[in-house]
Amino acid sequence: MQNPYFPYPVRIDEVITETEDKNLKTFKFVFLDPGDEKKFAYTPGQFGELSVTGKGEIPIGIASSPTEKGFVKFTVNKVGVVSTALHNMVPGDIMGIRGPMGNWYPWERMRGKNIVIVGGGFAFTTLRSSIVWLLDPANRKNYGDIHVIYGARSPGMLLYRDELMEWERRDDIHMHITVDRADTPDWKYNVGFVPAVTEAKAPPGDADTFAIVCGPPIMIKFTQPVLDKLGYSHDQIIMSLENRMKCGIGMCGRCNIGMEFVCKDGPVFTLNQLKKTPREY
Amino acid sequence: MRDLKIAKTDWAKGVEKLFGPYRVFGPKKEGLFHNFARLEKGEAPDFSCKNTRLSAKGLIYPQTEKMFEYTLDPNKPDHHVHKEPVKDYSPMAVLGIRPCDAKAFTLVKLNFDTPEYKDPYWIKNYAAATFVGLACDAPCHACFCTSAGTGPYDTAGLDVLLADAGDFFLAKVLTEKGEKLVAAAGWAGAGDAGAFEAKAKAAGDKVVSKVNTAKLAGKVTNDLHAAPFWEDLAFACINCGTCTYLCPTCWCFDIQDEVCGTEGCRLKNWDSCMYPLFTMHGTGHNPRGEKAQRVRQRFMHKLKYFVDKYGAGIHCVGCGRCVTACPVNIDIRRVAEIMNGYEPGKDCAV
Repeated sequence: MQNPYFPYPVRIDEVITETEDKNLKTFKFVFLDPGDEKKFAYTPGQFGELSVTGKGEIPIGIASSPTEKGFVKFTVNKVGVVSTALHNMVPGDIMGIRGPMGNWYPWERMRGKNIVIVGGGFAFTTLRSSIVWLLDPANRKNYGDIHVIYGARSPGMLLYRDELMEWERRDDIHMHITVDRADTPDWKYNVGFVPAVTEAKAPPGDADTFAIVCGPPIMIKFTQPVLDKLGYSHDQIIMSLENRMKCGIGMCGRCNIGMEFVCKDGPVFTLNQLKKTPREY
Repeated sequence: MRDLKIAKTDWAKGVEKLFGPYRVFGPKKEGLFHNFARLEKGEAPDFSCKNTRLSAKGLIYPQTEKMFEYTLDPNKPDHHVHKEPVKDYSPMAVLGIRPCDAKAFTLVKLNFDTPEYKDPYWIKNYAAATFVGLACDAPCHACFCTSAGTGPYDTAGLDVLLADAGDFFLAKVLTEKGEKLVAAAGWAGAGDAGAFEAKAKAAGDKVVSKVNTAKLAGKVTNDLHAAPFWEDLAFACINCGTCTYLCPTCWCFDIQDEVCGTEGCRLKNWDSCMYPLFTMHGTGHNPRGEKAQRVRQRFMHKLKYFVDKYGAGIHCVGCGRCVTACPVNIDIRRVAEIMNGYEPGKDCAV
């Protein structure tokens, strides 16, 4: 019997400090047993449980794309016991990963459609996974226009800056990067909150356009009316949720929103699905 | 299935023989209350209590269970890698479990043994157990098992069911596991199915507390969730969690790491939806930060979410433990009635 609680042993290969406040770091992990990498086959939108031996586990969205081989990447905000311990770890350290867990963005359903990705703050991780996957030549041809609206508090708080700039230069993806306030005079992108930029830049909603929304509750709250105004159907607004989790496999009982578990039945839901639940998230 | 008759003298001798082929568990009085405990050779299960204070769930799903062990010593091989500890999954004989508690395992199984994921700890413990039930001829005052999909003579989840008939037990052997156990104990006297049925009928009639749950499945989740009665129902609750710990069907757990020096382990502990930390995010945000939200979660899970998810009735076997032990007299029977009768927009008695 396979033990779903067993963390695959991994080695930290690289640690990248992402933001100017140094609270967000990206960890690149390599599986000690290469066979485990195959077992960890994932789809953008899924998450894993990072298991810091001796400290505990945290559920974190997978930031790498399945098209990137030989490693997996997670970007972690320093908040509690486990994430703080993780932030103090260095390349070469051994820990564990369980997963992949949960469902993913509905890539099959969105085939041939336009996709508008709306992200804020450090919730951009599975969206990075999605963008890298979408821009892979094998996948890009299967989707229509791609818009990305991504906001952070300041330029220094944007994740994956090098990649954002690279995507800016491409013509097969429309980037709309924004910051709440630009503290450098040479900032040449948008200034303003995500909902306002969405209203100004996102294409109107129609049968061929999906919106993927992932961000802090306040951003989600104010983005939804904008998407309504733009005509997005609630069946085509895709959201990724977070809740406190332990097991990640629908057993420990804490992350439920009604009868659905965010860990197993989610974390990805359409707005229509969410409206039928008590929305305890 | 076959019927047996076991004289009480033969019962005692047979139990003796089970030590060896089985690890034997049964009710034992410790302090003021009876609870299930591992029995030593020479000890007999104590059938003098109506039911154990805690349910039998801890036999299969211990309050604290070691999931993994590891070393943090970098000089040791495989440091920081989780290892499954060696555990005893040899056969267990559970003697004198009440039918409600045995039925509860069949509900908990829906959570731990799913098509997608298997909890190996629960499944292996459950597979190791042979359950010898003891039917209830004198139900407790708070029992409502016959309204909760089970009953004082229910055989669900049991391998053998005993009925106390004075100088002897009438027994039904229900499964292969049960056959093995009665063979090991040497119980073979032919029984009396007619007398067994008569006792079962009489016992069922004694469970007078009834609860209506038939309309729960047809309710709209968000209507019940938004119903006006939750604040009132939860008013007296002190979120002590007693109901969840005593409950044979509550299965929620926490996972914690514990380290001493360089050696550590990962533990699975019973947890409770009554506690704010159960759902608190790292940011401090809490989707069930208020007491009433947590009380609502407990009853909505038992009486609505579970009903909808599995189509296997309510997540309750009517044992009545939470009713008798609640320090502020919150009664699931009353909550079920209120939920079952609730119509949005109409007045409801709380």
